[in-house]
Amino acid sequence: MKSLSSLRKRFEAWMLEDDSPLDAEIGRGLEAPVGDEARQWSADAFVHLETAAEDSRLALMEEEHRSYERLHAWYERRGAKLVNRVYRVMAVVVLLMVVFFLMSTVVALPPFGAADNPYNNEVSERYIEKGVEETGAVNFVAGMILDYRAFDTFGESTVLFVAACSVILLLKLGEHKPDEPPTPAMLEAEYDDRHHEPKNDAVLQLAARVLTPVILIFGVYVILNGHLSPGGGFSGGAIMGAGLMLYLNAFGFQKTERFFTYRTFRWATFLPLMTYAGLKSYSFFMGANHLQSGIPLGIPGEILSSGLILPLNICVGLIVTCTMYGFYTLFRKGGM
Amino acid sequence: MSNNLFTVIVLGFLLVCAIATCLNRNLLVSVVIFMAYSTLMSIVWMLLQSPDLAITEAAVGAGVTSILFFITLKKIHAIKTGGEEDEHEKP
Repeated sequence: MKSLSSLRKRFEAWMLEDDSPLDAEIGRGLEAPVGDEARQWSADAFVHLETAAEDSRLALMEEEHRSYERLHAWYERRGAKLVNRVYRVMAVVVLLMVVFFLMSTVVALPPFGAADNPYNNEVSERYIEKGVEETGAVNFVAGMILDYRAFDTFGESTVLFVAACSVILLLKLGEHKPDEPPTPAMLEAEYDDRHHEPKNDAVLQLAARVLTPVILIFGVYVILNGHLSPGGGFSGGAIMGAGLMLYLNAFGFQKTERFFTYRTFRWATFLPLMTYAGLKSYSFFMGANHLQSGIPLGIPGEILSSGLILPLNICVGLIVTCTMYGFYTLFRKGGM
Repeated sequence: MSNNLFTVIVLGFLLVCAIATCLNRNLLVSVVIFMAYSTLMSIVWMLLQSPDLAITEAAVGAGVTSILFFITLKKIHAIKTGGEEDEHEKP
């Protein structure tokens, strides 16, 4: 304690008073007298050193240049072939090593479908035995991904959403407001699109006119029957997105703008994701137990059954449809 | 037995498609072969009794991904668009 207070006193003295011992020590170093002779000598030495350094630097540069030229000549004569050959040999070697390791892993795997495989444990047994009873979904995959592991599916939908966001950030050309002239980039994209894409292709238009409703209805069917038959939000959404792409390809942006604009895209991606988050984030507050939603499960096999799985399927389907279609339009024109 | 033979044939075509996708020099043809690969893959999923994956593979792998590939190839001018533009670009 005493030493601390004395230290503080010394510090204060050094701060406030001019003639502190430390000051004097600092000053002595700065004001040390230098004679003329010494100054002259040091200047000469400096010039000498500088010239020597410059010379050696030039010599080094010369040497470097020469060696570069030699290397270049060698490369043009024989090196290109050699490097190319080494590159190919190394590529084949690396590929063979990868194939070897993958194949050895496959050989080491347990045989497909054997009864004593490690994945046939009590977890899957429990799911298979109690799955229909607990989730109400006849298609057990849907019960798995949208009930037991609905939170994982939420993450997947968010991944799609983030992917759509980054594609928009990279490729969107900016919004066209009705009372402003379009920017040159937009005009160029529009011209590019009109110039390159097929238009008024009779075969394509007839095929699209027949196929698009069928594809869209099949997509809706796959989404709505996700808990009854194979399929679900993701696959149905991809089918519907493909149908919209076909329609856009055949009839152009003017026709699709009537029902699907950038505004639709934004809301149809954002609202389902928020609905999903609202429906499933309660598991955070319920101790990560997804199962009790409070909605009656209904009779397994009916369309209105299995609790939250149907609305969640619709949400995922909308997100995937919009993302796929949005990817296509943004890749093609940078807008909708 | 016939099912087994079918599996082997499909897997063989799968291998051929995979190798052809890599070795083809024309990018457009590569993408088309990749579509065929995805279709075969969806048949394989069907044989492995996972119809959910089969539907998704057919829709995403053979449909959406290939379309995105086509647009990208067109944007980087890897596909000849044909017609007037080609004549225009000739020196």
